[in-house]
Amino acid sequence: MTKAKKMLLATLTVGLLSTTAALAGDVRIMWYSDGVEGEVLQDLINRFMKDNPDIKVTIDNVSYSNIREQLPVQLEAGGGPDIVRVTDLKVQSKHWLDLTPYVKDPKYWQDNYGEQADWMRPDGSSQISGFMTQITLTGGFANKTLFDQAGVPLPDAKASWDDWAAAAKKVAESQQVPYPLALDRSGHRITAPNISFGANYVAADGMPAPLDQGAKDFIAKFVGWNSDGIANKDVWVSAAGTTYRAAAEDFINAQLVYYYSGSWQIPNFATKIGDAFDWVATGSPCGPAACSGMPGGAGLVAVKYTKNPEDVGKVMDYLASEPVAKEFAERTLFLPANKAVIAGGLDFKSDNPQVKAALNAFVAASSTTSPVALKMPGWKWSDAYYSAMVGRVSQAVAGELSLDEAYQRIDQDVADKVKQAK
Amino acid sequence: MAAQDSSPRPAPSPGLTGAFFAPVRLLMSLIDAPLRAWQKAAGLTGMAGFFLLPNMAIFTIFVLLPLVINFVYSMSGGTAIFLAERTFVGAEQYERLLTCASYLDPGTCAEDRFWIAVRNTGLFLLVQVPLLIAVALVTALVLNRDLKARSFWRAVFFFPVLLSPVVVGLIWRWILQRQGLLNLLLYETAGADPHSWLSDRFWAFAAAVGVSIWAHVGFYALILLAGLQAIPKDIYEAAEMDGTRPTRVFWRITLPLLMPNLLVVLVLALIRAVQVFDEVYVLTGGGPGTSTMYLIQYIFETGFASQLRNPGLAAAASILMGIVLVVLTLIQIAASRASERRGQR
Repeated sequence: MTKAKKMLLATLTVGLLSTTAALAGDVRIMWYSDGVEGEVLQDLINRFMKDNPDIKVTIDNVSYSNIREQLPVQLEAGGGPDIVRVTDLKVQSKHWLDLTPYVKDPKYWQDNYGEQADWMRPDGSSQISGFMTQITLTGGFANKTLFDQAGVPLPDAKASWDDWAAAAKKVAESQQVPYPLALDRSGHRITAPNISFGANYVAADGMPAPLDQGAKDFIAKFVGWNSDGIANKDVWVSAAGTTYRAAAEDFINAQLVYYYSGSWQIPNFATKIGDAFDWVATGSPCGPAACSGMPGGAGLVAVKYTKNPEDVGKVMDYLASEPVAKEFAERTLFLPANKAVIAGGLDFKSDNPQVKAALNAFVAASSTTSPVALKMPGWKWSDAYYSAMVGRVSQAVAGELSLDEAYQRIDQDVADKVKQAK
Repeated sequence: MAAQDSSPRPAPSPGLTGAFFAPVRLLMSLIDAPLRAWQKAAGLTGMAGFFLLPNMAIFTIFVLLPLVINFVYSMSGGTAIFLAERTFVGAEQYERLLTCASYLDPGTCAEDRFWIAVRNTGLFLLVQVPLLIAVALVTALVLNRDLKARSFWRAVFFFPVLLSPVVVGLIWRWILQRQGLLNLLLYETAGADPHSWLSDRFWAFAAAVGVSIWAHVGFYALILLAGLQAIPKDIYEAAEMDGTRPTRVFWRITLPLLMPNLLVVLVLALIRAVQVFDEVYVLTGGGPGTSTMYLIQYIFETGFASQLRNPGLAAAASILMGIVLVVLTLIQIAASRASERRGQR
């Protein structure tokens, strides 16, 4: 080898080593926030970096739509962050790292986060992919001040969807509020009342079943409410495709009487509504089959394309540890997943009595969650169903499709997704 | 006439400039000999090809290759991004896109959303392009007059072109949403009840057309303004001396002489209308329902924005749209040539 070649080789080697050295110890977390959790995480991570100066953790705060729309493409291309907070856990589970060899005590993970482990790993696998940063349950919120002013009593815990729609309509008319009722534009959200009306998306063989009568009954009712002005039509018709739209701003601005969303809105309402008006969490209204909400939540998972799995393991161990998980839940007002934290009790950091009452209401509502709903987060095809539901129900609400056409298209879309994923 | 000085130029004095150019001179002396040898062997035509090579390489890597890869994607199925992990399905994606009982009724098509997007894009093109050209022409005619602060007004009309489409979409969404500025103004001035402009099919379409015209009219007006200023003044003076009415001047002098520029504007506006996406996506999200969902949004959502994406179907749709754009470009080239020939006569 000539001297020049040796020099070139040495330069290249030094260059490559220096590049690798720059990567070692770097951990990137892609994170989205509904409320203050991004700030809480940053605070916790700062403490971690103080105790572990050899690991540099960078938090990339992004919007939820980035997680929904851009992350999947990055993952499919073998890229993405080292750790990510995500709600579409099951459908992307092939991209998650098995943390078993990288965490200190896999048994701790199994004992404290085992119940949701299947939500974030491929079918049949026993890997540890991550943990739920919060457990959520869909449910309703009522503007109590508007009900009181209208002199309409709040429907009780066993009230049906029809009871809530009728009461909300009365209040809206009495108080000159534009929208009696709204549901987020989301397949996950509409699935809760579908299940309460008897829907089951899962066939006997575990594959998607055609849309059943239960789902059709609620969809027909919901489309009717939009036509009659009982439901806020703007939420569902304001986009095409699977775009997520929440009606939270209308509720916060007291333009909405009854809002069906989920427990993750509690910190948002606590911050933005403050003492402007009284609001209550109501659990999920009943249908003929159940009074069920939909469980879910956001999980923090490690991505298998990371260059630093050991460091990722340390960060995940820290964030999943009991004291950190407890502090995170208490400061963010999220329902925790960690069993030890739940057993030890929580002292949520809020002076707002409505917050504690709402959290208790969701805990109470979790007891009425249908077994069908409990299966959904761990079912591989739930997202195929949700996305078909959003697009086609929106078209029916907008008057572009009849109900029968919408049902046929939902079945066709789900079948196409299954065929394409095989 | 002064005699040419044939004596050699004095060498530049060694200084900062000389030191700066020293490496360049060294490099030139190094490549001079091989280039001369290459020119001798390849001839002048060969050298032209040689100098075009970097440009062609960039074009191949960033345009031609993605085009070929896109075509290959359109013949594959599955959700994977990497080609190696995808299955070959032949023309299945095209078949799915083109299977329709009646092309006039998207509801009868296997991929109804594609045909809804095609229909919406066609309607958008039919309404937006003539309106855009009319507004651009009027704007250019006004800006061509001796106005006070003419440069300022030209800048005002051109300013929206400089804005990011996302900013344009957001600004207009804040104006047009139910709790937006327009409803507030209507309430304050006329006591009108708030209206959901973007949830109404007609108004959402009108907003999509209006906002895209607002955002782009400055660019097209500028092209037409350049054309207006190129028309010789003496023609107008002659018409004035003949006592020709202003409307006749417009139809008989201005418009015919502006035709080459109008043609360019027409074809560019058509191409842009087929590609409409960003500002409308931010403004309406494609709603209400799918009434403002255009082709690019369909491709984006099919290929990227939904779980269990279908990149193959999105690629096939983009190839079909590409064919439409190629046809429009060919029309532009043919029309430009015809216009040039008429000019030569």
